[in-house]
Amino acid sequence: MRIVVAVKQVPDTAEVRIDEERGTLIREGIPSILNPFDEYALEEAMKWRDELGGTVTVITMGPPQAEAVLREAVSMGADEAVLLSDRAFAGADTWATSHTLAKAVEKMGDVDIVMTGKQAIDGDTAQTGPSIAASLDWPQITFVGFVQELNQDSIVAERYVEGGCEVIRSSLPVVITVLKDANIPRLPSLRGKMKSRKIEIPVWGREDLELPEDEVGLDGSPTRVVSITTPEIISNGEIHHGDSEYLAKLLVDSLLGSEVT
Amino acid sequence: MNYYLSEELNDIKELCAEIALKYILPVRAELDEENRFPREIIKVMADSDLCGIYIPEEFGGSAEMFGGGSMALTVATEELSKACGGVAVSYAANALGAMPILISGSEEQKKKYLPDLASGKHLAAFALTESEAGSDAGRVKTKAVKDGDSYVLNGTKQWITNGGEAQIYTVIAQTDPSRGARGLSAFIVEEGTPGFSYGKKEDKMGIRASSTMELIFEDCRIPASNLIAREGHGFLVAMKTLNKSRPGVAAQAVGIAQGALDEAAKYASERVQFGQRIDSFQGIQFMLADMATQVEAARALVYGVSKMIDSDARKYEKESAMAKVFASDVAMKVTTDAVQILGGYGYMKEYPVEKMMRDAKITQIYEGTNQIQRSVIASALIKETAARGK
Repeated sequence: MRIVVAVKQVPDTAEVRIDEERGTLIREGIPSILNPFDEYALEEAMKWRDELGGTVTVITMGPPQAEAVLREAVSMGADEAVLLSDRAFAGADTWATSHTLAKAVEKMGDVDIVMTGKQAIDGDTAQTGPSIAASLDWPQITFVGFVQELNQDSIVAERYVEGGCEVIRSSLPVVITVLKDANIPRLPSLRGKMKSRKIEIPVWGREDLELPEDEVGLDGSPTRVVSITTPEIISNGEIHHGDSEYLAKLLVDSLLGSEVT
Repeated sequence: MNYYLSEELNDIKELCAEIALKYILPVRAELDEENRFPREIIKVMADSDLCGIYIPEEFGGSAEMFGGGSMALTVATEELSKACGGVAVSYAANALGAMPILISGSEEQKKKYLPDLASGKHLAAFALTESEAGSDAGRVKTKAVKDGDSYVLNGTKQWITNGGEAQIYTVIAQTDPSRGARGLSAFIVEEGTPGFSYGKKEDKMGIRASSTMELIFEDCRIPASNLIAREGHGFLVAMKTLNKSRPGVAAQAVGIAQGALDEAAKYASERVQFGQRIDSFQGIQFMLADMATQVEAARALVYGVSKMIDSDARKYEKESAMAKVFASDVAMKVTTDAVQILGGYGYMKEYPVEKMMRDAKITQIYEGTNQIQRSVIASALIKETAARGK
């Protein structure tokens, strides 16, 4: 079983602020972390590798420093890592990003599954996983909370959707996006940490992937982020004081009078 | 103080800190309250390769990567102890239990037992103490009588750390009662051997996450090949084991003390009385300064002796005893002062320092009381002085 896990280096969102004038994230001084949802995808991949044998390869597209999250993944137990990095990739939207990731999966050949987190905590689009599947023309199962079965030919996974759970069977190869319900990610191991320092991580650029210039980066991106702003928080809260009978009546009256149904 | 630890030792430190944060801190009060062994935490440590850091590579461990194993164990135990002395000793006691095999075991014994200890599949415990044989280890009454290809064990061991949780026990028993300490021998006993059972689980003052139990041997028959070294070498094996394991107790003490110091310094920076943070008062400042200095001095001694051991020093019993005495006395003092700085809050179970104070006390008692350690130091000193006089 050959599993590729697509991961992303993201700013620790607990710390992020927005530059309102430029409409961009202020990344200076903000620690970068492995996208937490991707940790669940990685754990799911390693769990099945441990059971069925095979390899787990992590890939990410990003600047050279994104290598740090690949090394972190190796310290947790990934077998191999590939960094997709090229100046030409800069400014990519989700379409160009998934297209580039899909080309890398094609280049690796014989990949059975691509796993990724349900979304990244910075962009929150949840598009990259499905879009990789579209680009590869593979089936996809998104929002996977539990993988019931996996073998060389097929997968049965539970897809947690609002108000229910869909059980989906698919042939391989397949792309799945993973929820945090799926597992508890393991900690790094000492052997993993040592391996993560020594492992050579190949860097693939646009030419390695044989991608034309107009299919990568800003030029290959059909969408543009026009602006980013922090929404103004409108607070209509009221604070009342009094005994509980009075407060309960006030609350009931105001609920009856409002448009809340 | 920056000791410029190797990258590999830093890996251990980082990993233990992460385990402490994610797995120990959330449950330490509960484990203490319920007297509950942290099986699931030990499993996480095993999965992170921490159980084999003192065992050589050829037996499934990784000691060579850390330049030996003593520093590795010291760093791990210290880091875990900052969060919980009870969880830390449950981990470190495996090394104590494995030490007789590591130091004096045959090649066959090492091959048979060490790999499963290195992977964390099995836990180990060391059984020396009995109700009438504590500091005076020569008074061990548990008997081992040779019978053909077996030894038959009879007797009761007391206060055995990891008792009931470990699968592999190294047991000191009497094979020749007429010879006292020289009649002792060391054996390996596996859990489940007929005639080997557990007695009561102790209800302790501190390190309550750890399991402390009686081991009962009633006509317990073990293969003669489970004898470690030779008959009559048991006392020597025990002493070599304890000399090597004492830095572990010292590391536990340093960790507990550091944990208490961190809590006290944090509290003093937040607590306001008389309109100002209490760490602005010289009375508190001097206490914190002394605590920090003592912890650092204790750490220097522990790291010093661990490095000696990793450098294959021939003799280190004096230094090992010094590290244990000093660090455990520091732990008792620093945890007591931490409770003092937190005042009424410090005395309450809602805050962690009263537990640290209870946990610290055992480090002055087990693996040789501090009085015994001082005797060891003094006798080494007297011998050295005599040797110089010649």
